[in-house]
Amino acid sequence: MRWNTVECTGWGRVHRATSQVARPERLSTLSATLADTPAPGVGNRRSYGDACLNGDGHAVDMTRMDRILSFDRQTGVLEAEAGLTIGALAHVTAPQGWLPAVMPGTGRATLGGCAAMDVHGKNHHVAGSFGQHVLSVTLMQGDRRVVATPNRNKSLFRATMGGLGQTGVIAQLKLQLKPCPGTVLEVRERRIECFEDFIRALDGSQADYVVGWIDAAATGAHLGRGVLEEAQLTRGDTPPRSHSRKVPMDAPGFALSPPVVRLFNAAYYGRIPPGEGRARTRRIDDFFFPLDKIHDWNRLYGKRGFHQFQCVVPLDQVAALREILVEIAEAHLASPLAVLKRLGPGRAGHMSFPMEGYTLAVDFPARDGIEALIDQLEQLCRQAGGRLYLAKDALAHGEAIKAMYSEHGDWVAETAKADPDGAYETDMTRRLTLRSAR
Amino acid sequence: MSDSHTWIILGATSSMARAFARRVSAEGATVLLAGRDMEDMRKTAADLVARGGRAEALPFDARTPSGFDALVERGRTEPGVLNAAVFVGSMPEQSAIDADPGLIDGTVRDNFTGPAHLLHMLAPEIEARGAGTIVGVGSVAGDRGRVGNYVYGAAKAGFATYLSGLRNRLNRAGGHVITVKPGFVDTAMTWGIEGMFLVASPDAVARDILRAAAKGRNVIYTPFFWRWIMLIIRLIPEPVFKKLSI
Repeated sequence: MRWNTVECTGWGRVHRATSQVARPERLSTLSATLADTPAPGVGNRRSYGDACLNGDGHAVDMTRMDRILSFDRQTGVLEAEAGLTIGALAHVTAPQGWLPAVMPGTGRATLGGCAAMDVHGKNHHVAGSFGQHVLSVTLMQGDRRVVATPNRNKSLFRATMGGLGQTGVIAQLKLQLKPCPGTVLEVRERRIECFEDFIRALDGSQADYVVGWIDAAATGAHLGRGVLEEAQLTRGDTPPRSHSRKVPMDAPGFALSPPVVRLFNAAYYGRIPPGEGRARTRRIDDFFFPLDKIHDWNRLYGKRGFHQFQCVVPLDQVAALREILVEIAEAHLASPLAVLKRLGPGRAGHMSFPMEGYTLAVDFPARDGIEALIDQLEQLCRQAGGRLYLAKDALAHGEAIKAMYSEHGDWVAETAKADPDGAYETDMTRRLTLRSAR
Repeated sequence: MSDSHTWIILGATSSMARAFARRVSAEGATVLLAGRDMEDMRKTAADLVARGGRAEALPFDARTPSGFDALVERGRTEPGVLNAAVFVGSMPEQSAIDADPGLIDGTVRDNFTGPAHLLHMLAPEIEARGAGTIVGVGSVAGDRGRVGNYVYGAAKAGFATYLSGLRNRLNRAGGHVITVKPGFVDTAMTWGIEGMFLVASPDAVARDILRAAAKGRNVIYTPFFWRWIMLIIRLIPEPVFKKLSI
């Protein structure tokens, strides 16, 4: 296998790394490559920080291994190579009546990435996390092939779901899909006027898919105002989406400056009529992956990149969440849309992010002062008994993360067995010293 | 087209062939994947079937003509229009060939005589059916012999000349032959090689090939601008060219 010197970044483009990257197209090549040089697997690098980077080391790009290996249309059981993207998978299976049970906010995440981050979607409160629908995972540890399921090699399975690729390269996954009546959703959007109303609306929603878009720049009486989106899968088809657009270059710094952001947010809120709101039918990809329509949208944040802060706090910590939102709004550093959502308890691994509670995700352009703000938010989240999402993180501290993830010790023990030499470590696991218990 | 189509894809484990197979399968064609790595091709076949297509993996080794009969026979059993696409090839480093000239025979087999032998067996069937397209993937390296890659280039040039003659022959019977000359394509063969530029994705090449097939083009460069790059390279006078190392 030839290694190519590649300069890569996470999706937030703040962390950068130069690595020797192999890109196998067949299992035999992957196996031979890892036998010679065990190295972490990476997909489309949709995690924001440094979870997908291995600076000055090796990495195995899995994106060319993207085939569906079997698909049973009676049972909805599908096996695929880990480099297939979840959006491509949905595109193939939805017209045949099946949908991935859990899909994250981008269709460009690979199945391997979805498992390694144990991602959640807008239906987490009813469907749980991605890993809860994985029937088996095939790992390559060097040239050793190991299969783990929720029943067989159980603790290896738990260490792999949300396990940041530390148990070996995820080569194949078997998934249980869920039936879908068509390729569209019935979406209802309505205005929510303040934070307290938002919490009430999230608690009261009966829909399968629920997400809140909030204006993180609004303060005072408008704090936490936004748009609640509720959706159900429904019968019907719509024509394929028109061509996606591409961001051709890094945007200048003022593109997402506070006045522009305030204008954008006000317009986004204002487009929904007050009261009943509006209902419309939307395509699966438009609803689940709204930003994928704009290729490389991360370049809108300019060449310094951006951070996404995402935390979850327990249900009884609404006051703490409000405090976090106040800190964000008053810092005047946030960018267009923040996401607020209620999560259920579902999680598949030791290091899975979800817990029953409320999750908030906010983008921040990488400007001066942002690190101090995110430090502050990390503290508030920790005091509330919450946790940060490693798929988004670029700035957290190892000690805080270990305190937030109560099963971290079990994960350390299991990854030490699977990878005693630390061959699958990444920039993130080194930064947070995640592979050691303390 | 109301007729059913079948594509025999030689060298089906390459990423260009995989992309091509996905596209013709999505258009409704039956796909016969032919190559050496059966385990890998079975996965590609499974992928096409999961996407709603019809596909099957069959053994083909450019260096073992004794196995060609079975493949051609299998193709004959498919009704409708029989087509073939050749993605077979191998590119040993020129330095390896310089050290072991015995590698030349294998290179010519893989890139030229093996596929030509099989196409020659298929040609009468296409003539008999009065329809069918053959896609032969060569390389811009075949347009001129360069110090860094001339054995591979010579094999591809031989294949291109063969395709030209086959086009002349099949044209009389309603068949068609497209010679494809890709520039740098982002495949396992070029991954990590220094000096790559303007690299095209395998899927973009597959798309270009099918567009050219629909239009009945004869020789295409993909991406298109390689036509102009190669025109310039071909126009350099030999007394100058022999001193260059490009």
